[in-house]
Amino acid sequence: MKESIRKKFRLTKKAFSVPYILFLLLFVVVPLVLILVNAFLDSDNNLTFENFKTFFTSSSSLIVLGNSLLVGVITTVICLLIGYPVAYILSKMSSGKILVLLYVLPMFINFLIRTLATKAIFIAMGVELGMGTVLFGMVYNYLPFMIMPLHTTISSIDKSYIEAAQDLGADRATVFLKTTLPLSVSGIMSGITMVFIPTISTYAISQLLSNGKIFLFGDSIQLSFEQGLYGVGSIMSLVMLAFVLISNLIMNKFNKNGDAVRRSLW
Amino acid sequence: MVKKIKGFLEKSYLFIILAILYAPIILLVIYSFSNSSNFNFDQGFNFDAYVAIFKSEKSPELWSAIGNTFLIASVASVVATLMGTFASIGIFNLGRRSRKIVENVNQFPIINSEIVMAVSLMVFFVTFAFPEGYLRLIIAHIAFCTPYVVLSVLPKLESMDPNVYEAALDLGANPFTALVKVMIPIISPGIFSGFVMAFIMSMDDFIITQINKGAATGINTLSTYIYSDARVQGLEPFWYAIFSIILVIVLAAVLSVNLVKISKQKKKAKEANA
Repeated sequence: MKESIRKKFRLTKKAFSVPYILFLLLFVVVPLVLILVNAFLDSDNNLTFENFKTFFTSSSSLIVLGNSLLVGVITTVICLLIGYPVAYILSKMSSGKILVLLYVLPMFINFLIRTLATKAIFIAMGVELGMGTVLFGMVYNYLPFMIMPLHTTISSIDKSYIEAAQDLGADRATVFLKTTLPLSVSGIMSGITMVFIPTISTYAISQLLSNGKIFLFGDSIQLSFEQGLYGVGSIMSLVMLAFVLISNLIMNKFNKNGDAVRRSLW
Repeated sequence: MVKKIKGFLEKSYLFIILAILYAPIILLVIYSFSNSSNFNFDQGFNFDAYVAIFKSEKSPELWSAIGNTFLIASVASVVATLMGTFASIGIFNLGRRSRKIVENVNQFPIINSEIVMAVSLMVFFVTFAFPEGYLRLIIAHIAFCTPYVVLSVLPKLESMDPNVYEAALDLGANPFTALVKVMIPIISPGIFSGFVMAFIMSMDDFIITQINKGAATGINTLSTYIYSDARVQGLEPFWYAIFSIILVIVLAAVLSVNLVKISKQKKKAKEANA
């Protein structure tokens, strides 16, 4: 009797996941399928490949994509160059675990507040809004996403590797290049993904910090849907999705604990 | 000597980066007492900007946005926590292959770019003619909050000793009692942090709300209202005051949660050593 209840409960416990699985199917999977379907439909819901042609032959949409990738790459590189030394120095300090919090804290303040504050300061200082201010805003916004995974990875490196390298006569630069740097590759990859993807798909930051002069991929996805161009908008979303999936594949390859880093953000 | 210089350079570097990160935030707080939009103290030190939160022609709209933010965050985070907790228990008991599939789909809202999630939900709501307004917003918020709840509850289930639950059953507890009295208390830290995370994520959201709120409904949350109000004419002084208040609350909350966490870890480490 008892055994049968237990077995039954095993089954019903599995059933606990059913509402959420249905929810995921309905509100996560179906919407993405709809995007895929819309990519092949024209405004009268007929099957078409025109949307692909429109997107991939229009120079303006390709320029926006190119610009976004450029802004994404520059932002990521600057974040890495600024963030790596921060994470590295912090990992050597005994109070690094608490200090790193200071660098991540701004992340918890809504990005619109931070962006509008920097914009107001730029205006008060008389800085002309344009590519420079957009890049500053992006780095300012996403730097914590770089520092966090880097710090987690670097501070978990076994110190005996570094000591062994020193004992074997390597100078400081060699020790860094041959032990610390290779051992922190997984953190670098997580950081790159967590900065690059949000940067190219960001909506509003570039518009606010350039007074609408610089238009990025996220902005143009939003604009096409606002104008009712579901077909082209869907194509752009698919392109964005491709970037998301590729970068995640790369990240998972380098980092078996990708989730752990993401989770430790919280 | 060389070491000293190196240490000094390293500390200065850390400090400069920190100063740049915090400069806009600190300036914002200082000038929230100036009642000006362009960083001057021409009117001297005053609290006018704070008064304007309550007494300006924009106050009704502002307070309705604040109300909406809390309403949506409360409903979405409670539903997300309930559904996510039960889902985690279910997922934990699934077979290996189906578990892997569900966990991967659960990851999707997290790794996906926000704008794509936002427009895909919008297309979905339009296609199936969901009524515009709160329903769409709350569903959308539940959709991006629940995965975080699952991610914070599942590890707690994994680290739980299954024998404890079995023991409760052997001692005559029925499965429901064993669930409520044994399992839930053990995983409750995960449930709580999942709830807090869901609440913060929902309050903080801009993109998904902006795209799904519908132009005709007039519903705004704090972030969409900031955007619509400040995009064109820039920040009015009362925004400086609001931002300063939000800042103090957020920083205090995050700092205290993390300091408690770190001191607990230290205590544990000490006990382990002793």
